Amino acid sequence: MSAQPQLSDLERTVFKPLQKTGLGFYTVGAALGLVILWGAYMYVAQLGQGLGLTGMSRPVYWGVYLSNFIFFTGISMAGTLISAILRVTQANWRRPITRLAEAITGFALALGALQILIDMGRVDRLLNVLIYGRFQSPMLWDFTCIGVYFLSSIFYLYLPMIPDLARLRDKWTDAPKWRRWLYRVLALGWRGSAEQFHRLEKLISLMAIVLIPTAAMVHTVVSWLFGMTIQPMWHSTIFGPYFIVGAIFSGIALLFIFMTLIRRAWHLEAYIGDRQYNYLGLLLLAMSAFWMYFTLAENLTTFYGAVTDEMTVDQAKLLGSFRWLFWGMVFLNAVVPFAILVWRRGRTPLGTFVASIAVVIGMWLERYLIVIPSLTRPRLAFEWASYLPTWTEIAITFGSFALLALLYLVFFKIFPIMALWEVEEGQTIEARRAPATALNDQSPGFGRTMPSD
Amino acid sequence: MPRWGMVIDLDKCVACQSCSVACRMENNTPIAGPEEAERGRAILWNEVIPSVEGEYPNVKMRFVPRPCMHCDDPACVKVCPVQATYKNEDGIVLIDYDRCIGCRFCTVACPYSVRYFNWYEPQWPDALRAHLNPDPEVAPRPKGVVEKCTFCIQRLHQAQQQAKDEGRVFQASDYVPACVETCTARARYFGDLDDPNSLVSQLAKSPRAYRLLEELGTQPKVFYLRDG
Repeated sequence: MSAQPQLSDLERTVFKPLQKTGLGFYTVGAALGLVILWGAYMYVAQLGQGLGLTGMSRPVYWGVYLSNFIFFTGISMAGTLISAILRVTQANWRRPITRLAEAITGFALALGALQILIDMGRVDRLLNVLIYGRFQSPMLWDFTCIGVYFLSSIFYLYLPMIPDLARLRDKWTDAPKWRRWLYRVLALGWRGSAEQFHRLEKLISLMAIVLIPTAAMVHTVVSWLFGMTIQPMWHSTIFGPYFIVGAIFSGIALLFIFMTLIRRAWHLEAYIGDRQYNYLGLLLLAMSAFWMYFTLAENLTTFYGAVTDEMTVDQAKLLGSFRWLFWGMVFLNAVVPFAILVWRRGRTPLGTFVASIAVVIGMWLERYLIVIPSLTRPRLAFEWASYLPTWTEIAITFGSFALLALLYLVFFKIFPIMALWEVEEGQTIEARRAPATALNDQSPGFGRTMPSD
Repeated sequence: MPRWGMVIDLDKCVACQSCSVACRMENNTPIAGPEEAERGRAILWNEVIPSVEGEYPNVKMRFVPRPCMHCDDPACVKVCPVQATYKNEDGIVLIDYDRCIGCRFCTVACPYSVRYFNWYEPQWPDALRAHLNPDPEVAPRPKGVVEKCTFCIQRLHQAQQQAKDEGRVFQASDYVPACVETCTARARYFGDLDDPNSLVSQLAKSPRAYRLLEELGTQPKVFYLRDG
């Protein structure tokens, strides 16, 4: 690295995972790859023989794939929340984790959409949605909103990366040829002039504001896939906000898991630390409380009113064949996070990691319990049925999760893990704020600060 | 334009299931086999469903022959993302099998669970395969699409064609679905609900008449006459 320009600590930390790939990465990658192959193999079989290989039947026409669909689109909320909402509210501690969160959004949405394709009986006719689309169908609302959300969140992921890509182009001069080419092309001739930064910031702010309602819309129309039907416990006005809360809740939890693992593997302790775990842990706790509130509201009104059709479904959930899943979900989504996160000592990497694992499993169960019980207990009692996922569905589910993790890992082998310029900006703001706090000064120099080297 | 409807007299129905068999032969629904049928995979557009009401010793067994309700306000039509399921000008709810993408939104939206999905490529034992209805309108549906009762729409088209060929005006009584024609107990009636003189419209006004899940507002065009 003779011709290498001087690098700051931050730059060295961010460049390192791009420059060196250890045995650990290949091991994890191979393990994930195997799980993906298992899922892919089962999918090919399903494609050849038909959806009969799943556990679905009449009238339980939707199963684990739809649960996965809600779950994956739900966790996509992570990026929007951390990046867009925290950017608009100028929370400085977000800076080192914005990209980690935004990448989840893109990949989770892709995986969510994939679940629908896997679930389709005739995926070869997908284009019919464009050709013959019926706009009264909530399914079409989903296609539209998720499409818009996917494109705008990818754009939003890309925009703040431009200065970083230019930095890679300029400072990693002995990079492999394909990387040099990639960084040069994607940096779009970025020079870091004040004017360029001005335009970039403007566009990022605009996209942040566009993304928030788009995300709200996506999670709402996903819920309306169920809410717009007249099936018992689906046909409910609570579903829109309930899904948004669940989305933020599971999104933060998954971000915690990815963030903690990557922080440890790539030694980001100096940048992602106490503050992130404390604040984000509090947010997770708050979302757990919101989630409990919605769950209570949904089930208490149903039980109190005790209208036959809904009561039948709810009884199956709370007291009947789904009771282990339901109370397990309550334990994982409410009891565990509360027991850990109310304590300051619990909001550590380990504490939040454990709570997040619980929440991710709990929220997946929640999605399962939204889809299945209503379908097994239709109004006409002589149509009741049961459902148990088959190995095909289990393999495809695990394969999908592995694919999400692998895409995420590979992405950060190609692109920088942190927004260098944003982190530097945060450092500068704090450095300036520290002496100015006495004067109660709101950072007069909130402007462009470029690395001086 | 007639508004086709059906009346099923549960007092007359003997639950012989000849309607189910006639429907299968007329409409080429595939054979799922006992194992798959046990898993809820049987495709019977017109199923005779046993329904146990109450608990022993105060118990009653009912049989409900259940075709598609052909709702005037169907829950299935508006949710289809590709307009593959639709209500035609006669008020019959149909599916375009060449367009259906198999997302099964209609099947979960239908409160009557009358829509069926082709989990596998359709199959028949050879003896049955030899007797498939050759009418191209009921050609076997491919794997991965939704299908259901059509009130034997092909029979309507045949009856209309026949009337035309014979140079006479088509009448509502020219057309009945296979289940109605075959019903051993003559428990089924079919005709124009908009014609005040038709038997179906009069029976539909009987004090014994009711429709499944009437309170949902789907306006089914299949009426049942309560059994005693």
